[in-house]
This record gives sequence, C-alpha cells and structure tokens, in this order.
Amino acid sequence: MTSSKFLLKGGALPDGTLHDIVIEGELITTVHAGISDPQATVIDATGCVILPGLVDLHTHLRQPGREDAETVESASRAGAKGGFTALSAMANTSPVADNAGVVEQVYRLGQEAGLLDVFPIGAVTQGLKGEALSEIGAMADSVARVRVFSDDGMCVFDPLVMRRALEYIKKFNGVIAQHAQEPRLTVGAQMNEGEISARLGLRGWPAIAEEAIIARDVLLTDHVQSRLHVCHVTTAGGVEIIRWAKARGINVTAEVTPHHLLLTDDLSCSYDPVFKVNPPLRTEKDIHALREALADGTIDIVATDHAPHTMESKECEWQEASFGMLGLETALSIVQKTMVDTGLMKWQDVADRMSKAPATIGGYDQQGQGIAPGNFANLTVVNPSKTWTVDRDLVQSRSRNTPFHGYQLPGVLTHTFYRGKATLLNGVVA
Amino acid sequence: MRHLLSISDLSAHDAIVILDTAAELERVSDGQVKKLPTLRGRTIVNLFAEDSTRTRISFEAAAKRLSADVINFSAKGSSISKGESLKDTAMTLQAMGADAVVIRHSASGAPQRLADSQWMTGSVINAGDGTHEHPSQALLDAFTIRKHLGKGGSNLAGIKVAIVGDVLHSRVARSNVLLLTLLGAHVTLVAPPTLLPVGVESWPVNISYNFDDVVAGVDVVMMLRVQQERMSDLFFPNAREYSRYFGLNLQRLAKMQPHAIIMHPGPMNRGLEIAAEVADSARSVIVEQVANGVSVRMAILYVLLAGAPLESESKL
Repeated sequence: MTSSKFLLKGGALPDGTLHDIVIEGELITTVHAGISDPQATVIDATGCVILPGLVDLHTHLRQPGREDAETVESASRAGAKGGFTALSAMANTSPVADNAGVVEQVYRLGQEAGLLDVFPIGAVTQGLKGEALSEIGAMADSVARVRVFSDDGMCVFDPLVMRRALEYIKKFNGVIAQHAQEPRLTVGAQMNEGEISARLGLRGWPAIAEEAIIARDVLLTDHVQSRLHVCHVTTAGGVEIIRWAKARGINVTAEVTPHHLLLTDDLSCSYDPVFKVNPPLRTEKDIHALREALADGTIDIVATDHAPHTMESKECEWQEASFGMLGLETALSIVQKTMVDTGLMKWQDVADRMSKAPATIGGYDQQGQGIAPGNFANLTVVNPSKTWTVDRDLVQSRSRNTPFHGYQLPGVLTHTFYRGKATLLNGVVA
Repeated sequence: MRHLLSISDLSAHDAIVILDTAAELERVSDGQVKKLPTLRGRTIVNLFAEDSTRTRISFEAAAKRLSADVINFSAKGSSISKGESLKDTAMTLQAMGADAVVIRHSASGAPQRLADSQWMTGSVINAGDGTHEHPSQALLDAFTIRKHLGKGGSNLAGIKVAIVGDVLHSRVARSNVLLLTLLGAHVTLVAPPTLLPVGVESWPVNISYNFDDVVAGVDVVMMLRVQQERMSDLFFPNAREYSRYFGLNLQRLAKMQPHAIIMHPGPMNRGLEIAAEVADSARSVIVEQVANGVSVRMAILYVLLAGAPLESESKL
C-alpha cells in the first residue's frame, strides 16, 4: 500500500470546479487550482471527477461463517475497487452479529484488512429470529461502536418487537434499518408478483408486502419519536409512503440498490438465478419511481446490498438458489448510467447519496466529509467519459454472482484513497 | 427445434406438425406391430425428479415404440433424492450419451436450466416443471379436442374451452392456455379468485368465478386437479365448498351441450373436482387422453430427434 504525499491534478470536484488536491498523511492539506509540488506523487486526474470516498450502508461480508463466499478482506478489496472507503457489515453472519463479541471480531478484521472502514451492523433480535432483542446496548458500547441495527434478510415483523427496538436505540441515537417484507405475504416467494411470475410459475413476492411494513414502521417511528431507515426500497408504492412520512416530519431515511435502479423482473424469464434477489427485481414503473425519488431526495442514499454467493448456490434451479447479487464493484457505474447520464442527478448529488448521506445516517463521523483542507483524505477518482466491460471472472470479490456480466458500463474508477492511502491506484487494488 | 420447454417455443404451424405427426403415428399404434425403427440406437433418459407414474410411462412407451433405448432415472432411490445437484445429474447423463432427456421436476424452469447450460448437449423435453408448464400434456389435450371437435380444419378455430380449477398452481393450465389460444380456441378460466395468479389479466383468456355461467356455453370442459396441500392453505374454506362451486357434478353435466366433452389430466380426485359418475360418463374422454398421450409423445420425440426442421427453427 502506498502512503505518502499525493497531488491530484486537474480533476473536477463534485460541484464541477477544477481543483488540484494535495494529500499528505491521512489528510487533505490543500485544495486549489494550479498547484505544483515536486515532492508529491502526481496523479493526472484530467477529465476525472473526484468524489468523497463512497460509503456503503448495506454490505454482506459473509465473515464469520461463509468465508467460501466472501471475507472481510475480499469485500474490502471489492470495496476499494468500487471506490468505497467504508462498508457496513450486515449482521446475518454465522454466528449472527447479535452480541459484542461478533461485532468486535468483524470490526477488528476490517482494521486488519486496512483498505477501508468496516462498520458492523448489529442484529435487532437474537439470532435474527424476530423474538427477543439482541444485546443492542453492549454492541453500541463495544469497540465497534454500533449505531445501525438490522435483521436484514429477515423482517422485524412483530410490531411490538419493532416498537421496542425503535424505542431502545434512542438511548444512543441509533437507527433501525428495516428489511421491509411481510413474512406471511411472502411465504416461499421467488420473484416479483405480476405478469412475469404468473407466466413463469414462480411464486410471487407482492409489492404490498414491502409497502405494508414501511407504512407500519413509519407510523411506529412517529409514535415513539425514533429513527428508521428503510433498506432497499423497490416499489413505487413504498416511495409514496416514504414521501408522505417525510412530509409529515417523520425521521425516516431510505436506500435503493443499484440493481433496482436498472434491472427488471423480466430477466427471470431465463430462470438464471443470478437475477434472484431479495427484495426482487420489479417493473419499469417501479424503476422510474425509484430514480425520481433518489433524484428528489425522497430516497436518501444508494446502498449496494452486495451479497456474494458461492457458485453452487447459484448454479442450480431458480427456487433452490440463494437470493442476492454482487454490487460493490459496479455500484458507481450503475448510478452514473441510471442517474447521471440520464440527467436526473449531478455529481454533487452522487457525492451526497453515496457518501455524505450514508455517513450521516450511520453516524460515521470521519466519513462523507467534504473535499476540503483538514478533512480525512477519503477520495474516489472516476473517469466518467470512459467505459468498461464487467467480467465476473475478474472481480475482487470471492464470488462471481454479478448480474452485470458482459455489460458495458460508463465510469472507470482509477483511484481510491482511504485516509491518505491509495487503496486503488491506476485501477489496481493495493 | 432442439428442445421442447414451453409451448411458447412453438408456432401454430409447429404445433400442427406435431399433431399431424401424432395422427400418423397413432395408426402405427393401432396396427399389429406397434414398433417403428425410427430412433433405433438413440438413448432417451426419463429424468423424473418428482413422482409421476403416468407421464413417465407414457414417455417410456412412446420412446420404445420408436425403438429408442430408454433409461429411467427416478427420484426415489436415485442420487437426486440424495441431494445431487441438477448440474451433476446432467453431466452424468451427458457422459452416458443421452440423446434426449425427458425431465419432470418440482422446480419451475429446471428444464430450461438444463437446456441453457453447457452441462449437456442432448434435447430437453419438459415433462412438467413445478407450476410452470407441461407442454406434452397440452399437445395431447389439443390432439384429443381436435379428434372430437375438429371442424375439418387442422387447428381449433372457434372451439370454446373452459379450464376449471386451480389455475394458480397448474402447469397444465399454463401450457393449455398458450397452445389452445395459439390454435384459435377461445379459453375461459373458471376458478375462485384465490386460485388465479396475479397477472392473469394479461393472458388471452376470459375469466369467470362462476362455473354455472360458463358450463352451458363451451365445447370442452377441462377440469384441473386440486392438490391436497391446497386444502390447508386458505385458498378456499373447505373441500365441500370447493366441490359445490367448482366441481363438475351431474347437475352441471346436464347443462352441457350435447356434443361437449369432459377432460382431466389426471390423476383425478373423484368426488372433489369431478363426480365419479361424470368421470365415467360417455362424455368423458379422460381415458382416451391417456392413449393419445403416447401418440403425441411419439410425435414430439420424432420431430425433435428425427423429424424435419420446424418453422420456429428457420426463424432462428
């Protein structure tokens, strides 16, 4: 890993202004036009956009338990490759991250990998069973300093458990990140319920199963004056409820995944489980609503829901396959393609949705800072006018279940800096 | 055409070629010597990862009448029941030199997975996958309807068919909707709203929740099997109520047009979706469907493994 003095020349900041940036040690020291510094390693950023390091609020790192699919280290490499300087490790590991021991282990593994910050997310309930609260306080007070709690993969379906969790986390300004899925309406569900599922004979996952939980949870959040984050919103109806809740002043934030901004449920017609994901791919109408909501801020952030799976859990019948797809290495390109190149957002909005806002929601003080002298040098350099072709055999992740294999995508990431260290240098992970 | 995975793989012309071929082959079955040498030396594997007696036997008889070598690979006692993956099974069949695999599987799309994979190179014939499709059943049903009601033409133009029962979980219904409408028939689905899939509005059919409104006006009443496990899953209050509203009993039989026929893909739940007297009545062609199944499956094997290219192939 290279750590010294860097001079980024000729790049554009998110607001479009051209500035040179000097990185020294862990910090940004100078942001100014026309800098020259013979001691610094000069990086030509002409034609590139410099973003604050990307922050993912929703990542499955699979460690402990499924190191055959991913490790904290391999996910960190994938993150660096994708321009991330922070990941949030979902709690559905084995054992579950429902106690201080596991979250401290994951936190320590992240530090050892040293490529980005790994912030563990704690489980809301013991064993993700939705019954008894996990050791939320102990996780919050641990070295990992957990602030985000989620049973992701499972919904905290019991309204009383959800209410208590929302109340309890107020003690330390935590947030519950809910996987909104009414379990009774989605028994055995395989894909979006609609025309395609009817034809394919795959059991449907109706939009209402997401919307019903979002509606319930924003009302609960209002009632107990707490803070809710809605994971991976996929439906136009879900967007409407969140818009309503925000207008009412309810403290709710929401995320959308890159794949839900681009892919639709008709991809299931191949029965190729690389397109099997939970919540499922939806329709054009939903995609349109999600993009609009991300642009207008109703949806606050993009989060990857990066979900590595081994070959055997995808190389099988659709209904036998695991849910989930890779996301870290393609996230920024998909956002450029769906939001920037379509004119819906500016790079400044990207910096907000993928760095500042997720850092704020997660309480990650040293992430998502502006590109200014004195701030930590967490930076991502992307050349938006270049394209690349996704190749599942070349990913940093240990798994290869990307739905974008063979896609030509805009936006080539050249450099990632994490606290002044080049974790991605000329497209190569350190 | 290499595979038969879904009726949507077929053009109307292709379907008629298969039905006409079946009619030719039927004459062979009626003769003294039932065997043709067409597929001598070819190996056909019946891969039945889900229990099914009648479809397997039907395909086995069809393959044997065309002189193919048949290997039966069934769920119970095989490596499939011991957790072997579809991939490993397919590669095993490939290594054994299977020219065609007839697959029955509880997972929707499993035949397509086999066909699209690089795991094996033989033809894949869908013999029923989950709640997706059962194309050979639809072809034998169309064959049966044409035999009884065909008005001289080769297709089913203008024939009115009611498909009654658990459409939601029925692969037979999905394949029949595609095929019968492709051949010009008018299809009405009759079911309680709970047993119709969300999205059915986009299908080229009429929908009715009232069997009595429909029964008098159709040429064919096709009953679907109600699976035992639906009973406990809130789709309808109980078996008696289902039977009262959606069963084909003697009262409804009396309302049918004199020429109308009764079909069922089997196995039947006598007394539930169909009364025993109705199943055994002169209007029932249920046993004949089984016999036609062999001819139609011979035709499918013939066309896929030995026949002239179909229209859909020239389009590729």
